[in-house]
Amino acid sequence: MRVLALLSLLLCLLAPAAIAVQPDEVLADPALESRARAISQLLRCPVCQSENIDESNATVARDLRLLVRERLLAGDSDAEVVDYVTDRYGEYVLFRPPARGSNLILWLTGPAMLLVGLGVGWIFLRGRRGAEPPLAALDADEERRIAELLKE
Amino acid sequence: MITELGHFALILAFVVAILQSTVPLIGAQRGWAGWMAVAMPAAAAQFWLIALAFAALTHAFVTSDFSLEVVWANSHTDKPMLYKLSGVWGNHEGSMLLWVLILALFGASAAWFGGQLPPRLKARVLAVQGMIGVAFLAFILFTSNPFARLPLAPFNGKDLNPLLQDPGLAFHPPFLYLGYVGLSMAFSFAVAALIEGRVDAAWARWVRPWTLAAWVFLTIGIALGSWWAYYELGWGGFWFWDPVENASFMPWLLAAALLHSAIVVEKREALKSWTILLAILAFGFSLIGTFLVRSGVITSVHAFANDPERGVFILMILCVFLGGSLTLFAARAGAMQAKGVFGMVSRESALVLNNILLAVSAFVVFIGTIWPLVAEMAWDRKLSVGAPFFNQAFTPFMIGLALVLPVGAILPWKRGQIGRTLRPLRGALVLALAAGCLAYAMGTGRSAIGPVGAALGTWLIAGAAADLWQRTGQKGRARWSRLTRLPRADWGKAVAHAGLGVTFVGISLLTAGQVEDIRVAQVGAPFDVGGYEIALDRVEAVQGPNYRSTRATLSIRRGGREVAVLHPEKRIYPVQAMPTTEADIDNGLFRDLYLVIGDEQEGGGWAVRTYVKPFANWIWAGAAIMALGGALSLSDRRYRVAAGARRATAVPAGAAPAE
Repeated sequence: MRVLALLSLLLCLLAPAAIAVQPDEVLADPALESRARAISQLLRCPVCQSENIDESNATVARDLRLLVRERLLAGDSDAEVVDYVTDRYGEYVLFRPPARGSNLILWLTGPAMLLVGLGVGWIFLRGRRGAEPPLAALDADEERRIAELLKE
Repeated sequence: MITELGHFALILAFVVAILQSTVPLIGAQRGWAGWMAVAMPAAAAQFWLIALAFAALTHAFVTSDFSLEVVWANSHTDKPMLYKLSGVWGNHEGSMLLWVLILALFGASAAWFGGQLPPRLKARVLAVQGMIGVAFLAFILFTSNPFARLPLAPFNGKDLNPLLQDPGLAFHPPFLYLGYVGLSMAFSFAVAALIEGRVDAAWARWVRPWTLAAWVFLTIGIALGSWWAYYELGWGGFWFWDPVENASFMPWLLAAALLHSAIVVEKREALKSWTILLAILAFGFSLIGTFLVRSGVITSVHAFANDPERGVFILMILCVFLGGSLTLFAARAGAMQAKGVFGMVSRESALVLNNILLAVSAFVVFIGTIWPLVAEMAWDRKLSVGAPFFNQAFTPFMIGLALVLPVGAILPWKRGQIGRTLRPLRGALVLALAAGCLAYAMGTGRSAIGPVGAALGTWLIAGAAADLWQRTGQKGRARWSRLTRLPRADWGKAVAHAGLGVTFVGISLLTAGQVEDIRVAQVGAPFDVGGYEIALDRVEAVQGPNYRSTRATLSIRRGGREVAVLHPEKRIYPVQAMPTTEADIDNGLFRDLYLVIGDEQEGGGWAVRTYVKPFANWIWAGAAIMALGGALSLSDRRYRVAAGARRATAVPAGAAPAE
């Protein structure tokens, strides 16, 4: 496992000093190209450490970028391209796990905790308000006593 | 010889730390003043001994003593002096030594400047601080000794990773550690308070400056790291949601929450047990971050020391401290009696909402960071969680926070009315909507993030200004003089909140409005990008101190007028056989021009990447303003003058004198 990690790091670092997307990869159609870029942001470079294929210098990332553009030229929709790549490289390349199956836990934990937090906060704040001694208006008797005290 | 002295000093520091963590604790329990007083000299001695060890390691790096394994593995005689120095903490062993040095520095500062503290609390705080010292000194001495010698000293070293040879990154780790480790003070105070079974306004007043300082340092450290990534990695990304970045971001979020909840304890004596829990969690997340970075369970670009044995050791430290303090919390939290009474619409409630949003957002970052680990252990699935997830799951919390922040910041304590509170904010609301519309009109309508972020950022900035303004009352002339006489803490609050707004504007407008161009450029054939005319003038080979460089010269014109001449480079560091790209940037208030030179093409010409990055500098300027706000608040008079509300309860005569 460690050897693999080290190897992948080396692969990333020793790749030719090309910076991510090369001029020869860019598609002529700007609309298609911007779709390709958006898809590239979602896909992880399989040999790198938390870099997407758009940013990575590794050879396999370049292959993937070309593959994405090839599929787009073939007329695939964005979702189809992502599925195509995921089928071949596994769900590891997906930077945003789909919200289904056990991944629902990942997606729903935040909103669920927010609801719980708001609920607990609400109960706590109500409790604080309830702890308040009632501040009723002064009755006639008290008014008179105050008036007497002020006179003294 | 110096090396061995350093090693010896480190072992002595370990022994002193053991004393510091036991004797004062027993003293405090039994009420023995002499035993409690041991804590102060011990904390100072521990600091000086570790400082000696650190100086010895620095000496080895400066003199390139390659008989030391760490020096050999991370340094080289040709390396510039600045990076020989930063090389001390540019590796696992040395950075751990810096970690404990800062830990001991905080402990010693509490001993030196904690004159106001009741001796019993002080003894307990220093003892807990000593325990953390014991754990990490043991970790260094038993698993990552920086003073290990090589049997045969090699002729030269392996050099530092060239990406790390950069001024921005040289000071990124020390600031981060000041932040992480600074949170240990909040932790020590929390545990000491749990042992005493008592939390009051005075306690919160003592804890807040330490938390504030830690938060300021974390802000600077994170901003430095992000700024470095922006100009060094070659495509101008500033945040990658990498596990290691997340490891620093979670404590930042929790420290921000802790800062705010401690205000409620200080002013209103409510939220006590929650504040204690936050203090424990904030430092706990610092430890979790340390574990993630150094154990190798999660691989990341800048994780060093991927060593299972070390990972297990840190996991044990984590379990002991987090488990122990949470157990103590469970046992004693019931003793914390809330006193303050307040209505549903009040500053207190707003701060509770702030805490919920910050704590849950920190937890979202946490679950995203460890999810790949969970999935692999539970279902044997290898999956990734990256920027697209975090952007989607985390951003809503920040939007919510920004929406309520200016309102909450001016709500009165105890009870308020939404209508009356909103009145001074009408101007801010109008400005925010105008900024949003402007961003919408200027943008290409590509995404909603530009207008939304611009509106929220303006809302925060104008809201902070409105906050200061309404504090000055109604009279026309007297307002300015009252403004200058407001407490520093009020200024600090407004400045920090405005800083957050500046960062909001920067992030959203950069994300929404960046223009990118990738092409093969021929020498002498200008091209247009986003209204700028760019010409590749020449490309030449240059020899650096420890690298070879291909340096391009590009001139940028706009409307016939020269804007800038930039020199992006492509470097090779032969010792590590590693190429790096050095982008060159023309910084501006409203846009950065960012140029990167790539490979020479077969058919002639060079690959050139050009970016126009609107409002990029606002991201780090905002962080700097936030840190400034924290520093202003820290300099407030009330932390300097008698915070001794509890002094009356001091121990019998003959106790340690206040320093």
